Amino acid sequence: MSKTVNLTIDDKQVSAQEGEMLLWVALENDIYIPHLCAMKDYTPYAACRLCFVEVEGKKAPVTSCTQPVYENMVVHTRSERVDELVKKGFELIMSNHHLDCKNCPGNKNCELQKIAKARKLPLKPKKLIQQVNEELPIDDSMDKIVYDPRKCVLCGKCITACKENGNGILNFAHRGIDRVITTFGNISLKEAGCLDCGACAEVCPVGARSIKE
Amino acid sequence: MELTEEEIKTAKETSQNILENYTCTDRGKIIPVLQNIQNELGYVPLPAMQTVSDHFELPAVDIYSIVTFYNQFRLIPPGKNQVKVCMGTACHMRGGQIILDSWERRLDIKCGETTEDREFSLERVACVGCCTLAPVVVMNEEIHGKVTPTRVDGLLYSYQLDKEQEEGEEQEQKAGEENE
Ligand code: SF4
Ligand code: SF4
Ligand code: FES
Ligand code: FES
Repeated sequence: MSKTVNLTIDDKQVSAQEGEMLLWVALENDIYIPHLCAMKDYTPYAACRLCFVEVEGKKAPVTSCTQPVYENMVVHTRSERVDELVKKGFELIMSNHHLDCKNCPGNKNCELQKIAKARKLPLKPKKLIQQVNEELPIDDSMDKIVYDPRKCVLCGKCITACKENGNGILNFAHRGIDRVITTFGNISLKEAGCLDCGACAEVCPVGARSIKE
Repeated sequence: MELTEEEIKTAKETSQNILENYTCTDRGKIIPVLQNIQNELGYVPLPAMQTVSDHFELPAVDIYSIVTFYNQFRLIPPGKNQVKVCMGTACHMRGGQIILDSWERRLDIKCGETTEDREFSLERVACVGCCTLAPVVVMNEEIHGKVTPTRVDGLLYSYQLDKEQEEGEEQEQKAGEENE
């Protein structure tokens, strides 16, 4: 049996199971922390770099998805340093995102919009030039789901979902600016043996993988 | 690029042979296996990745992910003649991109591809260490400096000539053997 610990997040007293990741504890207590890549009950992969918080006693901000809670922990979800990190990270992500909310299946149910609103950040990058590869084709080979790689924020969640519930046909490919989520040999979902189960669309935090209307 | 039946067969057999030395399915061995395949074949094609994924009991896309991540792995067969255009800082400044464009146009392939007849493959490399000669092209192991688009034509032409000569000699040899 794990033991219960008490901690403070933004002056709110909360309790949680020892060892739980801070991100989930905060979210369960209605304290919002931006996050794209974390999946509850899975080893955190800590790629999006948006879930930073300050923990008293720690020199630098930490990613809350990888930070276990402990007794008497004191957390601040906002600080100048945290805001700066999130702002930069978010701008980087948005500089590689095909922004078109009006025509997007993710509109109004999108983690990017949510982060922008919660942290008062622009969706459109201010300083960075947009680097999206507009030539990446939309995969419309399935009946139910559709994949628009230009909207993908590389959170990696669909890979896990597909391994767990689908046919395990997705993963990252290439590196750097060319990094994408794709299938074996970059073939269509249909050719790759997609089950059309929708598990990927379920977890996708943006409008990249979605269920057709 | 489509692989020939022959290439697919060789790829599978070679991978199978290499995998025979690995009885375990320890994931730490995937990269050494892939490196061995590349050493033998000169590249790691999809059928080889499929064979490797079966052995390690992993989805094929996981192997694809590894192979495409590392620059050291090639996915398509190398050409008989390998053209490497330097894109290091100096060569970049001296018009390396124009040289790369010329090759792409002349060979009718994109950087990273191989011609249908497997005669030429084209790739970009970082500084090859002779920046004073920029822009530099390395053809097979030979360095060519101060390359211009006309020089690209010239290089291609001389390879063509060499090839014709070789073929001519082969035919002569054959004819000679028949006469004996
Ligand atoms: S994924 Fe979100 S931010 Fe991007 S276009 Fe769709 S709704 Fe807008
Ligand atoms: S498609 Fe969606 S779930 Fe998959 S990596 Fe991209 S953003 Fe994440
Ligand atoms: S949620 Fe923590 S790094 Fe992405
Ligand atoms: S940059 Fe091309 S040789 Fe140095």
